[in-house]
Amino acid sequence: MSEIIILAEVINNTLKESTAEVVTAALSLGGNPILIVPGTSPDSAASMAATYEGVGSVIALQDDCFSNFDSAAWCEAIASVAPPGHLLTSSSSMGKELAARLAVSRNSTIIQDVIKIEGSNITHPIYSGKAHETVSLNGPSVMTIRSNVFKPSGNGGSASISNVNTSSNLRTSLKEMVAKASERLDVSEADIIISGGRGMGSPNNFEKLYSIADKLGAAVGASRAAVDTWEEIPHSMQVGQTGKTVNPSLYIAVGISGAIQHLAGMRTSKYIVAINKDGTAPIFRHADYGIIATWEEALPILEQELGTLLG
Amino acid sequence: MGCLSWFNMVEILVLIKQVPDTNAKIEIKDGKADLSMVKWITSPYDEYALEVALQHKEAVGGTVTALTLGPARCDKILKDAKALGVDNIARIDAPEGYLDSFSVQSMLAEACNSLGAEIIYCGKAAADTNAGSTGPGVAEKLGWPSVANVTNIIFGESSLELMQPSFEGQAKIGVNLPAVITCDKGMGEPRRANVKGIMMAKRANVDLIGVETVGGNTSVVGHASPPDKPPGKSFDGSEHVSTVVKLLRDEANVI
Repeated sequence: MSEIIILAEVINNTLKESTAEVVTAALSLGGNPILIVPGTSPDSAASMAATYEGVGSVIALQDDCFSNFDSAAWCEAIASVAPPGHLLTSSSSMGKELAARLAVSRNSTIIQDVIKIEGSNITHPIYSGKAHETVSLNGPSVMTIRSNVFKPSGNGGSASISNVNTSSNLRTSLKEMVAKASERLDVSEADIIISGGRGMGSPNNFEKLYSIADKLGAAVGASRAAVDTWEEIPHSMQVGQTGKTVNPSLYIAVGISGAIQHLAGMRTSKYIVAINKDGTAPIFRHADYGIIATWEEALPILEQELGTLLG
Repeated sequence: MGCLSWFNMVEILVLIKQVPDTNAKIEIKDGKADLSMVKWITSPYDEYALEVALQHKEAVGGTVTALTLGPARCDKILKDAKALGVDNIARIDAPEGYLDSFSVQSMLAEACNSLGAEIIYCGKAAADTNAGSTGPGVAEKLGWPSVANVTNIIFGESSLELMQPSFEGQAKIGVNLPAVITCDKGMGEPRRANVKGIMMAKRANVDLIGVETVGGNTSVVGHASPPDKPPGKSFDGSEHVSTVVKLLRDEANVI
């Protein structure tokens, strides 16, 4: 009998909320999934995971290899405890890399960034979201689940927890951690993003975006045009087909016209706000709320309004 | 370059993929993506992988082979790679159409083995699928370690030091060869071909690699355009910013 397996996303023994969404996705494939919680000391994350409604049982998987991300070692540890069947996890960059390995070790196919499950038909975006592809499964698969698509599972459950210890060999070594230059959130981690385009006129004007981002707890992103034009705007901020694909709850595009390249990276955001002086800019066709105004006029008001609202 | 390098020629392999131009509009015809009119390019992150492979050779010596999988149209990106300075170009001949990750990675891994690869570079994700599965998947198939999304590399004779973004910032990671490395932007702009390179590439032969076709366990049901969002609300003038802020709180509930 084939099982449904969920691999929890755990960073430094802390369970990520995305896992609750993966539980919902897994339940659409069948009942009583097994949830694997990896960690160097996974007990508290496992207790939390056991409350997800619908989970059949939890395996708290202890292995010292989980101190540093090493996809080969992590795959070895997880593969040794995961029974055959579909395996699902979050589509973070670590989740996607690990899932690709797990698929090979389980002789199955990987489907990344799943947004819909209907029986054995699985849909995921391709061409950076310019199209959706539906594939049909003829056997067990490994899937990563796009965040902010499936509703998170409730937490009234009480699944049983079993403990397993493994000792997998790290294949890479962590030499050094270089802390971030700033405490700024990365666009790929943020639930709110405010991005600037070439319409910002100069890289110095991104300071305005940063002060608004600080009020919202948001990350600051940029269009490819901005990254290509100004050295001061690093590629790590780029949202779009050749930058990062993001899926936040709120995406605020300022001075961004909405080239197809950029839309491909952010069109699935839950809510999109566009601020642009050109009312015919394509970005307005994708915005939930559009404001036709220059950023010079709109941003000070936005900052003030958010200040009043959020303190 | 020391004598040692001559006896210790590292086999550097780059996996590259031909994809529709990232600016191309994808039309859906009869439930399938219609790619008949698109312009085909080397996947942008694979261009970084090519650059890294050439820098690897320049640092410690070796041979660089660019490998792709696909129909004859893919020879174009191999010739482009040749023009940049790779030593060999090779293709696994595969028909037009869908191959799932299991088929692709199995065939690539077999070719990597037969070419004697000791280090494999590829882009962090292909621009068509955005999956990022090929690098780690091939590594698992070969039993090798892999490091993804690398932005900088110090090349050694038998090991590498890599920079990789992590939750805390940047991680400096050491790995011994053989290994698979997936490349992000960061190692400088990819070089451009010069006239001599382009002339040489014209005469270059693509080695066809015969590997057994591996069947997958998924098939495509169809493609669709993403559903259009319902039309949004548009406001003319910055005096409406406060209205939008209220909507974000009361209607959208996102702030």
